[in-house]
Amino acid sequence: MNTLSPKLRKGLLYAGVAAVVAYCLAPFYWMLVSSLRRTSDIFANSPFPTRLSFENYLAVLDPSESFTRALLNSVVVAGITTAVALVLATFTAYAMARLEFRFKRLVLTLIIATSMFPVVSIVVPLLKMFVDFGWINSYQAMIVPSMSFTLPLAVWNLTAFFRQMPQELEHAAMVDGCTRGQAFRRIIVPLAAPGMFTTAIITFIAAWNEFLIALSMTNKPEMQTAPVAISKFSGASQFETPFGSQMAAGVLVTIPLVIMVLVFQRRIVAGLTAGAAK
Amino acid sequence: MTTVSFEKVTRRYPGADRPAVDALHLDIADGEFLVLVGPSGCGKSTSLRMLAGLEDVDDGVIRIGDRDVTHLPPKDRDIAMVFQNYALYPHMSVADNMGFALKVAGTPKDEIRRRVQEAARILDLEAYLGRRPKALSGGQRQRVAMGRAIVREPQVFLMDEPLSNLDAKLRTQTRTQIAALQRRLGVTTVYVTHDQIEAMTMGDRVAVLKDGVLQQCAAPRVLYDEPANVFVASFIGSPAMNLQEARIADDGVPLGGGRVPLPRGVLAAVAAEGGDRVVVGFRPEALDTVAPGEPGLGMAVSMVEELGSEAYAYGTLQGDHDGGTGAGSGTGSLAAGTGAGVVARVDPRTPPRKGERITLRLRPDGTYFFSATTGERLPNE
Repeated sequence: MNTLSPKLRKGLLYAGVAAVVAYCLAPFYWMLVSSLRRTSDIFANSPFPTRLSFENYLAVLDPSESFTRALLNSVVVAGITTAVALVLATFTAYAMARLEFRFKRLVLTLIIATSMFPVVSIVVPLLKMFVDFGWINSYQAMIVPSMSFTLPLAVWNLTAFFRQMPQELEHAAMVDGCTRGQAFRRIIVPLAAPGMFTTAIITFIAAWNEFLIALSMTNKPEMQTAPVAISKFSGASQFETPFGSQMAAGVLVTIPLVIMVLVFQRRIVAGLTAGAAK
Repeated sequence: MTTVSFEKVTRRYPGADRPAVDALHLDIADGEFLVLVGPSGCGKSTSLRMLAGLEDVDDGVIRIGDRDVTHLPPKDRDIAMVFQNYALYPHMSVADNMGFALKVAGTPKDEIRRRVQEAARILDLEAYLGRRPKALSGGQRQRVAMGRAIVREPQVFLMDEPLSNLDAKLRTQTRTQIAALQRRLGVTTVYVTHDQIEAMTMGDRVAVLKDGVLQQCAAPRVLYDEPANVFVASFIGSPAMNLQEARIADDGVPLGGGRVPLPRGVLAAVAAEGGDRVVVGFRPEALDTVAPGEPGLGMAVSMVEELGSEAYAYGTLQGDHDGGTGAGSGTGSLAAGTGAGVVARVDPRTPPRKGERITLRLRPDGTYFFSATTGERLPNE
């Protein structure tokens, strides 16, 4: 490596980064390009649409497809999942990071183990159970399983985050007149914000993209989430797959995620605890 | 301002074979600066944290003034604490850090501002009130941590090695500043350190702990002149006291080719124990260099430490290589820390050279005798 000039090294570095970014974004780019093609040239291979067309978007947003309703459902399901999971995970993780109790490692292992069951293996029992509960076509039928998949990761993520926070901060706050709860709320939570935002984003993305449970627990179009709705798009005839509108819907489904990450990444500032100790 | 008392306070950690703090009994006077000192793991920080309410008390009672605070949460004890790593709130400005406790207590805003300003003026922090802790130097952070305690106007200050993260020069400066500030504010203070120089220079009284047991609590001078046992003798003072264990023969002990006569009280105490050995202690400054040939202790110098205002010669006493008399043998643990070597203070203007043999005379009032079995100091008369 020493033989390379600094300029060349820098160039190679950028080339590497560019390759990775291109690799990651290529599918999305193709989706975007395809969604802007006319139905007649949906199978074209040109890197840019030859004739720009928004007909796919108009088709997707057509009230008859009830795709806007599906988007709203997705927002509700993913939003509630994220909010509730974040609150539960924060308390659990704080306990895991700070309390000393027997079998702590075992509890933590069990928590992560619960996320290891393949969704496919539990979808049938869940379905039977939710039918008994009368939960079919309800939000909770999607929120509760979604939470169970996202909570373990959220708990582990936040536990690691709380652990690296100096314990003296809470002690200082307690000596300064706070109860343990106040110390947590006024000192720890503001400092944990980056970790909580990271966890929120991961949870939201997982819940937003959840497909199998949402597909199994709903049969009414007005309760479908966006990924389910996309899978059920029908073309003009039964022999035609509506690639164009699926691509357009795919783009529309991705946009809220991009917005959310862009909004929250400003809050994910590393080193917020710098200056606390030493 | 108030008194603090530990009454037979014990802390046992689950799974540990001995208590971290064992029946600590201490009375701290109103306005006193008390230093808890000892090697790491001696229970000094645990004692402080029990007083703060951050650590459970298994046995005994802690009082602040007349109040039994043994089981009160920290917030109800009216104490302020300076932590070793300062534990400043990183998301708050210096002013907010210092005013946080008052804000929690619901003090009016202008009152908070006034008291923060006042503390900032005392600590020379006025220019930094708007900054975040990460934009401060180590010394400034330390002062903010002090300020956070001062603003409270608490009944007791607790300080847990507040200077250990500063560099040597700043530490010496801050040491005097803290001591002066405490005298000025007159707030009862408990200060934890592992540094015996800090302890001796700052404390009104110093409590020496070892393995969770209080060894001695006295004014610095008393600790130095009248150590209660071998541990205190070797821990207090730099360089440490020379300790040599020897077998008693003819009412005296052989030392460096000479003989140190034992006072009657020591002989009686050793006889009462049923032993025939004693630990002899003498500080480096209790040795005077005399002309070669005069009666005294012969010492082979192996190293000389010149500090400018003083100089110390390190070496071995004549006869030490015979074995059996060195402190390293026998009850090694009692006299640990000195090895078999001896340190003598010598004239800094004409220090001996490495490899030289010098003759030393032991001042009669500079000799201490300790029990070879218990390590307790034996009466000198």
